Amino acid sequence: MSTQILMPALSPTMTEGKLAKWLVKEGDKITSGKVLAEIETDKATMEMEAVDDGVIGKILIPEGTEKVQVNEPIAVLLGEGEKASDISAAPAAKAAAPAEAKAPGAPAPAAPKPAATASAPEPAAEGGKTQTVREALRDAMAEEMRRDQSVYLMGEEVAEYQGAYKVSQGLLDEFGKKRVIDTPITEHGFAGLAVGAAFGGLKPIVEFMTFNFAMQAIDQIINSAAKTLYMSGGQMGCPIVFRGPNGAAARVAAQHSQCYASWYAHVPGLKVVAPWSAADAKGLLKAAIRDPNPIIFLEHEILYGQSFQVPENDDFVLPIGKAKVEKSGSHVTIVAFSIMVGKALKAAEALAAEGIDAEVINLRSIRPLDIDTIIASVQKTNRLVTCEEGWAFSGIGSEIAALIMEQAFDHLDAPVARVAGKDVPMPYAANLETLALPQVADIVEAAKSVCYR
Amino acid sequence: MATKKAATKGAQTHGNSGATNAQLIEFYRQMLLIRRFEERAGQLYGMGLIGGFCHLYIGQEAVVVGLTACANKQDTVVTSYRDHGHMLACGMDPKGVMAELTGRATGYSKGKGGSMHMFSREKGFFGGHGIVGAQIPIGAGLAFAHKYKADGGMSFAYMGDGAINQGQIYESFNMAALWKLPVLFVVENNKYGMGTSVERASASPDLAARGEPWKIKNMTVDGMDALSVYEAGLEACSYIRAGNGPVLMEVKTYRYRGHSMSDPAKYRTKEELEKMRSEHDPIDALRHLLLSQKLMDEDAFKALDKDIKDIVLEAAEFAQTSPEPDPSELWTDIVVAA
Repeated sequence: MSTQILMPALSPTMTEGKLAKWLVKEGDKITSGKVLAEIETDKATMEMEAVDDGVIGKILIPEGTEKVQVNEPIAVLLGEGEKASDISAAPAAKAAAPAEAKAPGAPAPAAPKPAATASAPEPAAEGGKTQTVREALRDAMAEEMRRDQSVYLMGEEVAEYQGAYKVSQGLLDEFGKKRVIDTPITEHGFAGLAVGAAFGGLKPIVEFMTFNFAMQAIDQIINSAAKTLYMSGGQMGCPIVFRGPNGAAARVAAQHSQCYASWYAHVPGLKVVAPWSAADAKGLLKAAIRDPNPIIFLEHEILYGQSFQVPENDDFVLPIGKAKVEKSGSHVTIVAFSIMVGKALKAAEALAAEGIDAEVINLRSIRPLDIDTIIASVQKTNRLVTCEEGWAFSGIGSEIAALIMEQAFDHLDAPVARVAGKDVPMPYAANLETLALPQVADIVEAAKSVCYR
Repeated sequence: MATKKAATKGAQTHGNSGATNAQLIEFYRQMLLIRRFEERAGQLYGMGLIGGFCHLYIGQEAVVVGLTACANKQDTVVTSYRDHGHMLACGMDPKGVMAELTGRATGYSKGKGGSMHMFSREKGFFGGHGIVGAQIPIGAGLAFAHKYKADGGMSFAYMGDGAINQGQIYESFNMAALWKLPVLFVVENNKYGMGTSVERASASPDLAARGEPWKIKNMTVDGMDALSVYEAGLEACSYIRAGNGPVLMEVKTYRYRGHSMSDPAKYRTKEELEKMRSEHDPIDALRHLLLSQKLMDEDAFKALDKDIKDIVLEAAEFAQTSPEPDPSELWTDIVVAA
């Protein structure tokens, strides 16, 4: 059976081209792979190769012809035992056009609303034990490692040194060097290696000594960990936790003092969690380790040594995607995460002294974001202040402000106020550092301004 | 089938590896399948049925066919974006691969990955990776998982010569050697990283030597000869499976087509390409061996050609007639429900 040779598209954008030169003539016997012609595309001159074996029966488009449309027949190839005379009336059926996208211009289907997180009532932390955030994080890892043999910890100084910030203290003794692994200083490498291990059926916990160093690894976190589930049509989950201190410690200057919440929260496929209290740290880290997705778990060095009540229950797991109202109030909503929750609570105390009753929401999870809890609060208070250590530009506060504008505009009695780090690299000098970081007084001032006080 | 008859002819073996007649015929069959599949993919690209980037494996078939013949069932494979050959060699269905190329619901990634991003957990194929070099730490991680689980498996981590200068390759070499991970690092040196020759990109063009600082065993292999690749692969795999840690294998090969479909390949001469095609083609070479050893005759080749052509045509037909993904697929597979 004769076959039509069609004008090929030889670049992602080509729709027509010039048939510059024929390198075969009628009657030539060809085999697949033989160069048939030179085609000028919108970008370059390309060689066109034969796909099928046969004899060139007829050349339909002479060389030198410009503006030959892609998929237009340019020659006819004869099969075994056919003659050129058989094809004089060959139908010039064009190749089936690629299936058109349905109804061009039709809107994309709306994003499904995440199912409301049905969570069991949170166990009361009161009556539990007092623990530092550091101890709570370690206990969370130890409990999950006891529970699941496929969970392991890797990172710089996590084993013999017991953790750069002593978060992994005692884990090497209990679980041995197979499961608590000191890595070389090689963030990009070990992040990628851990992603491969997660694809291979393990559940790695990757500790970054700080998230500042994770910028070396961000390609593996985003391109490999976050996107592969989607790119594989759901085959390749990546159950992994990337954890470590985030944000500003004290006097470590610009390269070691940055909040990455908005960087990672930008990416579909990642979940981003930021605990404040020891109970948050424990319940959320256990949830993160059990979660089948890649999780960015943002800790805070200043909080490691702070103590809180933690429920004494091996199965204390907090739902990811659910915020907590730390203090209820009726005049203004203050939304915060990580270290800023403590500052927000202090601000609420100061505001109370001035007769302003603030509600403080601890986000706990940045993505997915519990916007419902924020909206419910704004419906009550009609005023909103967001707090974060990171820069305001494209920050978490900006996202919350946009969502509230879209979904609760009519409930606002004042523009949303953002309290954030100043728009500068973190300075070293103590006085400048204090100025650069958002302080309790900044929150108080913002809350008063949205209350027009 | 003619090939089957031929395969049962005696228990003769070939080369140092002891490859059997049946294995040689199977190498030939797989290489031919990859080549015909890629030619058809190129044609579908020309018809506008495949979009975006499409990197063909034509010319390099012996590499993946020879090495995959050394793999066991529990082993894992990861490679770059020039991945169609690896998937076919792993035993993935040509229909599902071609349908992914055309972006259809029946593709391996439901049409959401495309040429560079395909996977089959069932066949141990972990991608298809679009970022140059990023698959190598992942391959080391797959090896880490084999060792951790003590499942007896090893990983095959393929890269091109263009990837060899990425920093994360050396981070991976270091950890793989430090922890004696069961991984075979394969550099498919096809002489050009896109349009830049190895000589213009690498201060030292001896790529096999790149593992020396970590005392990684290295090998250099003729990648235009499936039997040589197979022999080297057996030696490497037996070393790795014995717990000695990684091997770095540089396989000298050549791609006939451009880097991707829109590359006119002006950085090399026609003579260079013609010489490789006419004197070093891996499929022609094995065909001559099979003929001279009288393992297959012209009729057997003809029958095999037809079988392969039918498989590829069926894949192309499937890829063109399958439906596009349902619009609702836009929102699936972003996260796994916890």
